[in-house]
Amino acid sequence: MAGITKTHFSSEQKASRRGTEESPVAKWVLISIGMAFALTFLLLPLVNVFFQAFEKGWSFFFGALKDPDSWSAIRLTLTIAAISVPLNVVFGLAASWAIAKFEFRGKSILITLIDLPFAVSPVVSGLIFVLMFGLQGYFGRWLDDHDIKIIFAVPGIVMATVFVTFPFVARELIPIMQATGAEQEQAALTLGANGWQTFWYVTLPSVKWGLLYGVILCNARAMGEFGAVSVVSGHITGQTDTMPLRVEKLYNEYNGTAAFAVASLLALLALLTLGVKTFIEWKTQRNYELAQRATDEQK
Amino acid sequence: MSIEVKNVSKKFGEVAAVNNVNFSVREGELMALLGPSGGGKTTVLRMIAGLEMPSEGDIFIRGERVNDIAIQKRNIGFVFQNYALFKNMTVFKNIAFGLKIKKWKKADIQARVIELLKLLGLEGLEKRYPHQLSGGQRQRVAIARALAPKPSVLLLDEPFGAVDAKIRQELREWLVHLHQDLNVTTLFVTHDQEEAMEVSDRIVIFSRGNLEQIGSPREVYDHPTNEFVARFIGVMNVLELEVRDGLAKVKELEFPAPNEPDGQRIRIGFRPHAVQISNDLTEFRYQAVLRRTYFLGIMLRLELELPSGLTLRSRMTKEEYAQLGLEDGRRVSFQIRQYRVLARENALLPEELQAIYEPPPTIAENI
Amino acid sequence: MANKKFNPLPGFGLTMGYTLLYLSVLVLIPIAGLFLKTFQLSWSDFWKLVTEPRALAAYKLTFGAALIAALVNAVFGTLLAWILVRYEFWGKRFIDALVDFPFALPTAVAGLTLSSLFANNGWLGRFLVPLGIQGAYTPLAVVIALTFVGLPFVVRTLQPVLENLEREVEEAAATLGAGRFRTFISILAPTIFPTIITGFALAFARAVGEYGSIVFVSGNLPFKTEIAPYLIVIRLEQYDYAGATAIAAVLLVISIVILGLINWLEVWAGQFNKNSS
Repeated sequence: MAGITKTHFSSEQKASRRGTEESPVAKWVLISIGMAFALTFLLLPLVNVFFQAFEKGWSFFFGALKDPDSWSAIRLTLTIAAISVPLNVVFGLAASWAIAKFEFRGKSILITLIDLPFAVSPVVSGLIFVLMFGLQGYFGRWLDDHDIKIIFAVPGIVMATVFVTFPFVARELIPIMQATGAEQEQAALTLGANGWQTFWYVTLPSVKWGLLYGVILCNARAMGEFGAVSVVSGHITGQTDTMPLRVEKLYNEYNGTAAFAVASLLALLALLTLGVKTFIEWKTQRNYELAQRATDEQK
Repeated sequence: MSIEVKNVSKKFGEVAAVNNVNFSVREGELMALLGPSGGGKTTVLRMIAGLEMPSEGDIFIRGERVNDIAIQKRNIGFVFQNYALFKNMTVFKNIAFGLKIKKWKKADIQARVIELLKLLGLEGLEKRYPHQLSGGQRQRVAIARALAPKPSVLLLDEPFGAVDAKIRQELREWLVHLHQDLNVTTLFVTHDQEEAMEVSDRIVIFSRGNLEQIGSPREVYDHPTNEFVARFIGVMNVLELEVRDGLAKVKELEFPAPNEPDGQRIRIGFRPHAVQISNDLTEFRYQAVLRRTYFLGIMLRLELELPSGLTLRSRMTKEEYAQLGLEDGRRVSFQIRQYRVLARENALLPEELQAIYEPPPTIAENI
Repeated sequence: MANKKFNPLPGFGLTMGYTLLYLSVLVLIPIAGLFLKTFQLSWSDFWKLVTEPRALAAYKLTFGAALIAALVNAVFGTLLAWILVRYEFWGKRFIDALVDFPFALPTAVAGLTLSSLFANNGWLGRFLVPLGIQGAYTPLAVVIALTFVGLPFVVRTLQPVLENLEREVEEAAATLGAGRFRTFISILAPTIFPTIITGFALAFARAVGEYGSIVFVSGNLPFKTEIAPYLIVIRLEQYDYAGATAIAAVLLVISIVILGLINWLEVWAGQFNKNSS
């Protein structure tokens, strides 16, 4: 999961060179196998989602979405994302500022710790919050006495979601900020800008694409998280079911088409995410090429 | 005094980057901080700007002690080595940035930016982004940006380091003219002695964190206070000799040294133009073969090889060369008109120089 | 203060403090809580819980299927990365964008659509089931789902490395008379191997923890198609916190070990790439 800026190479390198090219037959075979694998494993599942969702027609599709329990799941998912994504954006900005612009001991350990939630199984991610705040957990008794519900309620879902989406924004921003260095910020300081102004006018604009990319990834995962949320939500229909949990419930109730209807919204979100990602890549690639051309022209 | 640096030291961990440095810059002066890389000159510049904190000592800008004053309040203009232009802003916005921060009125900002664009020859480029500019243009935008808020001093870190040799020459002249027009106190860092000599009113020479000499280009060239300065500024032939019977000798060369004891090793240096050449083999005491002539435009550099194999550098104008009818391979006679004793082994060599400089090879060198 | 490097940029204390606080409250303390809970068990209890036959069967399936899926991805991922970097063909950009699809698609949706594809009447199942290939509710289904979720890792890790390979090295091999296949085996493969291993490890790590998609495709039969994360959920539903915690601790330790291994691998692979450029 490297940053958004792919490494670029010159078109001269792309041009075919006979000595180092496979024979057309080998090439064709390799491309066919790769295409077949990609289409079977990537495209077919995607098409299938929409096909199944609309199997019983448009009216059934919208009916399934308008079902009060599904509708409440959609609202809950949007709410969860609206809370957890901004939290992780603030964290990502703070962490990348501290890590990329300053030197301190233990930096690499800190970066590894930020990555930790990626490595943890979603179920374990949910479980750790149950152990903290569930009835049997460390704070369970106290929370119960004060009538505060975290597990099997929205706060628990938010916590689990924040945990699993924790690294996305920071991971995108750290390498970009490290690559830009701190000189532009220092220049802003010599021109009289204070810390906030420097951040707002200089740092933020230079990482905007990476930030956007981190946000959409974070959002996609926040809306789509299943395992962690499943453990903490309690599956109370109409109350603590998010969209992915709703998909499971409909599926278990043998209401496949309705399950696919809700799932198709999530698949749409995934497509949107990919679309934005491709756009950002195109945009940064274009900026890079413009800059290249500008420097070439001067020579 | 515009800038005063008093007893300033800077340590990075155990390493002393700047060692008890004192100097001052006069109002309106164009001054160079010169020295080899790692000499501490950039650190001094950054301390004046507030980008580094001195470990000891005080820095004054226009009489005010600025040690505890934040960068933002020091009213300095700083030009970074790689310009550090704001990549996401146009040329106009880059230059206007400091004014916007200082909450100037929109019309005033507009007027000031246009004034600077004109002054720096950047008209028509205001809508471009930094990546659409040439190296020289970027540098001028960086200077315009630093000048916009009317700083009391302008600080430049290796201002010509990142541009091509040809543009460099133009930029040097341009900086001198700009300084004449604006008369703002300017302090710039360079490792190129030629650049410092050509551009500045006075030069501060650093090596290994120590201030070696301050003076006008002429002073430091003609009267270097120590071996480091003598060898760093301009080209110099350096010889290592041993004293015998009041004469310092190496191979066939002899220099009078009446006050030196036998066995004393000394190092002497002389500029190429001190080596006087004649096509008459009997005119001067020493003989040599003209090995090679380097054409540097109006001036020529000559490489002489002595019978013992020793090589020396000399220098003369094209006219002199023609008059003498010289060419590569010609035998000539020569004398050394003036030289200076750079160092005596052990006793008189200043301690910090002993530590830094290994005895040079016995042939002429160009630093 | 002499030892601390001065940095004129403000905000280090604020951002660092916030980072550490947020990290501690949301990640470190909860994870520590899990280990603390585990330590409350006696060693023999813990051992009994994590080595009961049902748990052992779950580990075997989890790690076995994750290993197979990661291997499949290592092979096909390398092939995909290769054709995406080296060849021009119709639909290339589309495929390139599609590679990230498993990252973006919620795992529940992935599980749902895969189970429907491989079911008896599904688009793939109707051809495969008559051949005796049961791609739903079997261990094979687990492998298929894990292959899907791990697919992007090898491709995305390998792509930049392939792009930066020096063509001159291959040209040199060609001028020395090496055939294309020979060049690949003796020149290219050793250079990109560490990166493939890194991608493999990333895919494996992801597969070991995967839950959402498996729930839909595997049928979750104890001893047969039940993965370790699912067993944790079962224990939790039975209010068997000790059982859930013990198995979770095992998974967590393994995840952390793999994370450390991946960090080390990335350094190792990075050295290889530096040497080649």
